[in-house]
Amino acid sequence: MPEIFQYEFMNRAIIASVLVGATAPAFGVFLVLRRLSLMADALSHVALAGVAIALLTKAFVPVVALVATTGAAVSIEELRMRRLLPGDAALAVFLYGALAVAVVLISIAEGFNSTLFSYLFGSVLAVTTTDLWWMGILALVIVAFMLMFSSELAQVTFDPDLARINGVRVHFLNLGLAILTGATITVSMRVVGVLLVGALIVIPVLISLRITNGLTRTVVTSSVLGVFVAVTGMVIAYYADIAPGGSVVLTAISVLVIVETFSFARRINARSTHRAAPEQSQHSHAHETHAHGLTTVQDEDSLPHR
Amino acid sequence: MTGRISPDLNHDPDETESHKYTPPGVNTLTPEQIPIRFDETWFSYNSEPVVRDINFSITPGEFAALLGPNGSGKTTLMKLALGLLKPTSGRVLLFGVQADRFTDWHRVGYVPQRTQSTESRFPALVREVVNFGAYSGFSPFAIFRRRQSTRVDEAMEMAGIQNLANRRVSDLSVGQQQRMLIARSLVRKPDLLVMDEPVAGVDAAGEEQFHSMIRRLNRELGITIVMVSHDIGAVMREATTIACVNQDIVFHGPVHQLDARALSSLYGFPVDVLMHDPEHTHR
Repeated sequence: MPEIFQYEFMNRAIIASVLVGATAPAFGVFLVLRRLSLMADALSHVALAGVAIALLTKAFVPVVALVATTGAAVSIEELRMRRLLPGDAALAVFLYGALAVAVVLISIAEGFNSTLFSYLFGSVLAVTTTDLWWMGILALVIVAFMLMFSSELAQVTFDPDLARINGVRVHFLNLGLAILTGATITVSMRVVGVLLVGALIVIPVLISLRITNGLTRTVVTSSVLGVFVAVTGMVIAYYADIAPGGSVVLTAISVLVIVETFSFARRINARSTHRAAPEQSQHSHAHETHAHGLTTVQDEDSLPHR
Repeated sequence: MTGRISPDLNHDPDETESHKYTPPGVNTLTPEQIPIRFDETWFSYNSEPVVRDINFSITPGEFAALLGPNGSGKTTLMKLALGLLKPTSGRVLLFGVQADRFTDWHRVGYVPQRTQSTESRFPALVREVVNFGAYSGFSPFAIFRRRQSTRVDEAMEMAGIQNLANRRVSDLSVGQQQRMLIARSLVRKPDLLVMDEPVAGVDAAGEEQFHSMIRRLNRELGITIVMVSHDIGAVMREATTIACVNQDIVFHGPVHQLDARALSSLYGFPVDVLMHDPEHTHR
């Protein structure tokens, strides 16, 4: 057995990485496609304020963080729904408000710097058995929500008005999505830390969007990629003795860069092949036009406009 | 027969009286049989009314076109009819039920001008989107149930997109996206199909294909159609009735009754209608 698996703390950290990697990007598909990635950022800062409150009051951190993110998620959604604030403005208010609360609390209570650091950037050593149970339950709730509301989530993501006219309860679903985004952050903050959790929610989704087609496949691929980058990042963090948040996100970004480079090269290649082909066909068409007086018309309807 | 508008400088638009039209047989129908009914409907976004005192009904089997200049409230009227907006005063009934409390959504199909998702890197396949039309309410185990593939296949065939089933939505042309959205609404076999400028951005061939499909849905399957359009020529060829909207209803009636006075009052400048048919051209 490799040395890394001989330590119980490392086994816990790997299990936590699998849970986080499987849930955060799968949920992220719906946030990215609805252009709500900033929601993850805003709620992760709210989670940070929750962490600061919990450390100050010596309460159980995940519960306080979950309560804080749930409260913020419901408030943001209500403000948007009632059009009291534009969507991005509501997110900005909560993001900076929560960060300000966290900064104030951290400066009041000096002395929890090392614990706070582990919540900010993740930690290999920090995952306890209690944390793991807590993360397992939340991950189950998130997966159950996604399975039960798979059609509704897909429809709302495609077009909220069409979904509403199809009989989907859009407001209820938006609330569920916002609350579970908070839950996802609470689950993930032990592994990647609150400051980098947004990256784990977004980057595997961007990779999937490049390499696969179909909504269901995108969710599954994002989840698989999430597990891969979270576990790889955690293993690198162990051997390099660095904060896992950084190594997980850098692993994800490396995969993204590789995939984008391949895709770019393929497009360039396809373009040059395409350019060469008309030259040949133009030559043969010239004969055809000359011989038969024919002209060809391009079917515009068949052209993609991506 | 085609129609087009051209300036008629001798005509004074102020002479035009608002046209009140009661569709034949509307008084013998029960409220549940009337697809859409506006009753003294007003709507304003802030304090300025966008829709003023609208009273009209769409009867079963009608192919109604909504005409009007930009900002005249056509899309707002449609959103009111679909319960996406609530009237400031008055009421809007969808099959006899107030639109914002309507639940029988399988009877209604909606084709928007464009969706936000078709403009981005949306990964869904055409078949997945068309399958949204088969949705019949929340069911916790829906993901494990077999999809209603026959209905989805039929709808895609009707819309002429069966060969696009496994293409990514964001790879489609504008015309193909429109046909996909129509297929999506046909899966539920609706009694009423509401469309917002469905041929905007579609080329001439695609437009003709679209109109022949809509003609079939209306005449052969008896689906009531309400369509917002800017294409007066196509509307006069295809629709059975026209509602000219400019905050209120300027004209509502059969296509052949639409005249230059109604169009002048609609667009706010003198307009002449030239009607063409193979044998005669007249004003």
